[in-house]
Amino acid sequence: MFTNTLVELAKQDRDIVVVTTDARGSVTLDAFAKELPSQFVELGIAEQNAVGVAAGLVSAGKKAFVCGPACFYVARSLEQVKVDVAYSANPVKILGVSGGVSYGALGFSHHSLHDIAVLRTFPGMHIVLPCDIFQTEKLVRELVDYPYPVYIRVGRNAVPNVYENENVDFKIGKANLLLDGNDLTIIGTGETVYHCLQAGKKLQEQGIKARVIDMHTLKPFDKEIVEKAALETGRIITVEEHSVSGGLGGAVSEIVSQSCPVPVRILGIPDEYAVHGKPLEIFQYYGIDAEGIFKTACSMCHQKE
Amino acid sequence: MINENKLFMSKIKKDEIKELQLQAEKIRKRVVEIVYSSKSGHIGGSLSSIEIETALYFHVMHIDALDPKKEDRDRFILSKGHSVETLYAVLAAVGFINDELLNTYGDFKSVLAGHPTKKIPGIELNSGALGHGLSVGVGMSIAAKMDKKPFRTYVLMGDGEQGEGSIYEAAMSASHYKLDNLVAIIDRNKLQISGTTEEVMSLEPMRDRWESLGWEVFDIAGNDMEALVSAFDGLNYENTKPKLFIAHTTKGNGISFMEEKAKWHHGVLNEEQLSIAIAEINERINYLTKQENDSRKKYKYDSLPENVH
Repeated sequence: MFTNTLVELAKQDRDIVVVTTDARGSVTLDAFAKELPSQFVELGIAEQNAVGVAAGLVSAGKKAFVCGPACFYVARSLEQVKVDVAYSANPVKILGVSGGVSYGALGFSHHSLHDIAVLRTFPGMHIVLPCDIFQTEKLVRELVDYPYPVYIRVGRNAVPNVYENENVDFKIGKANLLLDGNDLTIIGTGETVYHCLQAGKKLQEQGIKARVIDMHTLKPFDKEIVEKAALETGRIITVEEHSVSGGLGGAVSEIVSQSCPVPVRILGIPDEYAVHGKPLEIFQYYGIDAEGIFKTACSMCHQKE
Repeated sequence: MINENKLFMSKIKKDEIKELQLQAEKIRKRVVEIVYSSKSGHIGGSLSSIEIETALYFHVMHIDALDPKKEDRDRFILSKGHSVETLYAVLAAVGFINDELLNTYGDFKSVLAGHPTKKIPGIELNSGALGHGLSVGVGMSIAAKMDKKPFRTYVLMGDGEQGEGSIYEAAMSASHYKLDNLVAIIDRNKLQISGTTEEVMSLEPMRDRWESLGWEVFDIAGNDMEALVSAFDGLNYENTKPKLFIAHTTKGNGISFMEEKAKWHHGVLNEEQLSIAIAEINERINYLTKQENDSRKKYKYDSLPENVH
């Protein structure tokens, strides 16, 4: 888990501080709390305070990671993120766990399907959705001295790895090309990247040369890779565990519509309270799993499945 | 029993208090001027908090205007960010910013926004959304404890602001972490934009509420410089308790026609009102200056006109 990485880093750098809100279990922070109690700030169930406290810690020279459920940090404490973190340029790292529909059956109160849309509109806020454990670990290492506020959203459940090992090529703001092709481009972020890659491979087997991009950073956004994809492949599918409004699909459309218009299909959660179920069931229901992406790609390419 | 040494000390203190009062009046004048010229601002709560901020910046806090980011500086957070005119005028008086910059307040693209921003040297947090400052102050105080640093954090809140629930999250965490290096001050001017605080949302018993949250609470006369200085000087920063001053103040303090009137929460003066306000302030400035020129032989603090306090 990335929290092991955090423990390892925090032993070397005593300015690293973890702030949490009765979520040490959810984030598997027990080891951190036990091994580095003097660098661990438990604030109880009080997200607004947690984000404000983290801003104060950072302002006084600490490197604070606020860790807890994404659904609360980007709703309950949104104003603290807006004012104390983003506007005040305090480079707090907000690690939102169990993002998207990770808490599938727990209902809309526990889903975070608006976070990208909202945070994209805060100037200076960076947003990263890593897709597997290797990328997450690499990200955590990069975040320690990263001089900007960052929201990181990770899932709750173990997901198949996209990358083979920790030597993953990763730079905040620079998307990764996972599969090359010129027939269409599939862009995923976070947990959907695995499904995009599976769909892309299947499409290639069917003779459709799909390009697959891991858009791990939603802000700052890798505009160039999208423009290039639009020019070279002529059609784009975006796939996100997020509302179809204002997220990855929105970001891609804003670029494409203004500089190189091509058809874009946005796959995500429609404007409704998501069905209850296990995350994969929800992915399947809304067509953001490998099969659903494959079908959309085929129809977009006017080919039989 | 009073010995000579004590008398001597108290005389020095009284001289300093007189200087602080004079400083506060000069700041008050600048606040009135910039609210008039910009036709904007939140003058009522700015006026009520002048003595508090003057005491902090000129007497209590360890700060260096030439080195605003000095590592171990004391921190001040204006959680009631709308009272920013006073903070700007104080920062200019201390030397963090040029006094002439104050005249740009309200101008298009002025660096002086209507709420504090870190673009201004000496400001630690972009504030304005109420109920945020104490949490950030808690974070700063925890950082100081972690690193065994000597700096202290002072957070000025409004009384209307006390309606924000996040404050009580912060208050709980401050006593939980025994932050005796944290001082919160409530500018208890008893008015908010819609009327009296007790009509809008009752805040009493304020003292009991905070004491029950584990804070050491002091009721003080928040526009009385001597009371403020004594209260700050008497604080014990090593008793494991965060401290709260409930500073009983007068909204619109020092301008007769503004005092205790909710409409002056963000009222703007016309020319006639400006001249009355400036005349009132000048009268006090002249009085205090004259006293200073009388070479401190006869201290007449007790015989000051009523509206000086």
